[in-house]
Amino acid sequence: MTAVTDLDQMPRPKGRKRTGLDANPVLRWLRANLFSSIASSIITVLLFALIAKMAISFVQWGILDAIWSVPGNNTAACRAARGIGACWAVIPEKYRFILFGTYPFDQQWRPGLAVLLFIALFIISSRRFFWRKELILIWAVTLSLIGLLMWGGAFGLEFVSQERWGGLPVTLILATFGLAFGFPLGILVALGRRSKLPAIRSLCVLYVELIRGVPLISLLFMASVMFPLFMPDGFNIDKLLRAQIAIVLFAGAYLAEVVRGGLQAVPRGQHEAADALGLSYWRKQWLIILPQAIRHVIPPLVNTFIAFFKDTSLVLIIGIFDLLTTAKTAIIDPAWQAFSVEVYIFVALIYFGFCFAMSRYSRHLEAQGTPR
Amino acid sequence: MTISTPKRPPRQPFSFSLQNDRFRALLWQILVIGTAVALIAWLWSNALHNLSVRRISTGFAFLGREAGMPISDSLLSYNPKDTYLWAFIVGVVNTLRVAVIGIVLATIVGTLVGISRLSPNWLLSRLAAIYVELLRDIPLLLQLLFWYVLMQGLPPARGAFKPIDGVFLSNRGLIVPSIALDSGQLWVIGTAIIGFVLFHLLRRRLLAQQVQDGHPRRIWPYGALLIVAIPALVSYALGVSWAITLPELRGFNFVGGWGFAPEYFALVIALVTYTSAFIAEIVRSGIQAVHRGQWDAALALGLRKSFVLRKIVLPQALRVIIPPLTSQYLNLTKNSSLAVAIGYQDIVSVANTTLNQTGQAIEAIALIMAVFLTISLGISLFMNWYNARIALVER
Repeated sequence: MTAVTDLDQMPRPKGRKRTGLDANPVLRWLRANLFSSIASSIITVLLFALIAKMAISFVQWGILDAIWSVPGNNTAACRAARGIGACWAVIPEKYRFILFGTYPFDQQWRPGLAVLLFIALFIISSRRFFWRKELILIWAVTLSLIGLLMWGGAFGLEFVSQERWGGLPVTLILATFGLAFGFPLGILVALGRRSKLPAIRSLCVLYVELIRGVPLISLLFMASVMFPLFMPDGFNIDKLLRAQIAIVLFAGAYLAEVVRGGLQAVPRGQHEAADALGLSYWRKQWLIILPQAIRHVIPPLVNTFIAFFKDTSLVLIIGIFDLLTTAKTAIIDPAWQAFSVEVYIFVALIYFGFCFAMSRYSRHLEAQGTPR
Repeated sequence: MTISTPKRPPRQPFSFSLQNDRFRALLWQILVIGTAVALIAWLWSNALHNLSVRRISTGFAFLGREAGMPISDSLLSYNPKDTYLWAFIVGVVNTLRVAVIGIVLATIVGTLVGISRLSPNWLLSRLAAIYVELLRDIPLLLQLLFWYVLMQGLPPARGAFKPIDGVFLSNRGLIVPSIALDSGQLWVIGTAIIGFVLFHLLRRRLLAQQVQDGHPRRIWPYGALLIVAIPALVSYALGVSWAITLPELRGFNFVGGWGFAPEYFALVIALVTYTSAFIAEIVRSGIQAVHRGQWDAALALGLRKSFVLRKIVLPQALRVIIPPLTSQYLNLTKNSSLAVAIGYQDIVSVANTTLNQTGQAIEAIALIMAVFLTISLGISLFMNWYNARIALVER
């Protein structure tokens, strides 16, 4: 029998000796990735020129010609540099208001701590070790703690009404509580949509399609204008809570679709095995189906959460003081009116930080595949 | 030997007992539907009571009244003396104007960026990746406000930017040269559109015949005739003029030309850049979903790379791309309602003004929802039809 020659063990053909340009690994990389063909070289040169031009003018505007601080509220120097350099002085002047709104100034460590608690909660939830039912308890405790910090009125903390809340904590509250309450709602609706009972199924389909078919703004309008109409006399709840309810209902519909995808990925055999054990419907879902379904949908769940996080900015339109609204309000001050671009860049960086971290995380999960 | 199919278990006879599955199913449904109906009835009775206390009449009679709201930017002729109904229609047209242009531009930009992300050119693919990451992770409303502030920061009409002759960019928006569109021009354009449709049908027939008998056929002369020659003839016969009117600055404003208000311009830019970042990701993953072997096989046949992309890879990628693309189109349309934040008068903004003027909250919001549900349904139907058309036909 002839031996099968392993290609790896064959003598390699002597390659052309690398000479000249090819000898240098940097030049080799440049050639392969930037100048592989004539068209590619043209694109490289054009893009390089464009990037260089933009980078130079941005550095000029944002760093070299920028004004970093002004005395008090005297923005004459900033106004003189308008159109030439950025006025970053607006940020140290206004950042407390942008981050925490009209929360009592000497108490602002409380919303600050609440923000840290939120971040800790996100980090804990992202650890695979904590993906178990006890996580529900962790969320409940942390969210209550945040509520206590923000409201106060106990343990020697001064009471602060939610009309004075604002900025980043409000954005985080709207998004996180939207998820915390929208998720159980979404699970129920997703189960309802896969139910064998026609009346329940059509009710759930109606809910999901109706909410997903209309813009979030119309729901927020409903919460701010129609909600008082639909309540009995003398009963009214705070504007923030009404917006929160609208966001929960909105989140519920989108999360229901995400969870439904996970439910569909659970093999039939799991249902049949659970039935064979004689488990009731709810015990079957709670013990067998949902733990598997939810593990499947964690990456899309994170993506949906990123979307909510961005969408909470829409409460600006009904006048709730979230991060974007405080930013917009900060520059109503006549002295600083002209420097909205700087403030928007500052706020955009905060949003970007949160969303980018989460989207990186979701991509990391996707790359790992479905966890066991 | 016959294979016996497993028999379904016999249905449990119905009985009024909690042990009975069918009775339990019925009970659950009655409970849930009953609760839902009771809740709605309670809300409705509250609403009727509150409305009567506030002396707000229900119903859509207000649509016939004079609106009295100014709408500055509109394709249809409108003045504040028109009715609410007309104001709503103007609002719907404004929404569609943003949505349609936005969808077309976002698709083009998104596809280009998505393909760029896969480019072998390192600089281009990095730049595309930065574009996607940056735009996806910042709220659309913030981007919209940002663009709007930038638009307002542009020089006034007198010092407008003139990138090319006849195009002005100032804080009044974008002004471009215009062509008069009267009945004559519309006739010519109509003929060209009919010619295009006829050419498309003819082309399909000729290609089918070519597949049948193998003789190559010349197609382009029909195209030249139907799309170019006949409309040109009509244009000549009717004596239509195609003179381009260049806008010019008179006093503090522009005369002539087509203008896009800053609000419209900012809204379209924000929607297009934001949505195109998502579309780019969809296009990229769609192209990556096409098996590498398809590239290798096509390149082995000696086809050019751009040809392979257009004729081999993209048609297969489209099947993966279309469903998520549809939901991006729906998102763009729904997001166009953010117009209310910068004062572009789309349907939501008109409804919001109506609501403040008349107090008819339920009707105004019902109209917003009806309009968006109709548009969403329309886009879904069209995309489902398109999806079915490009679906893989397997024997």
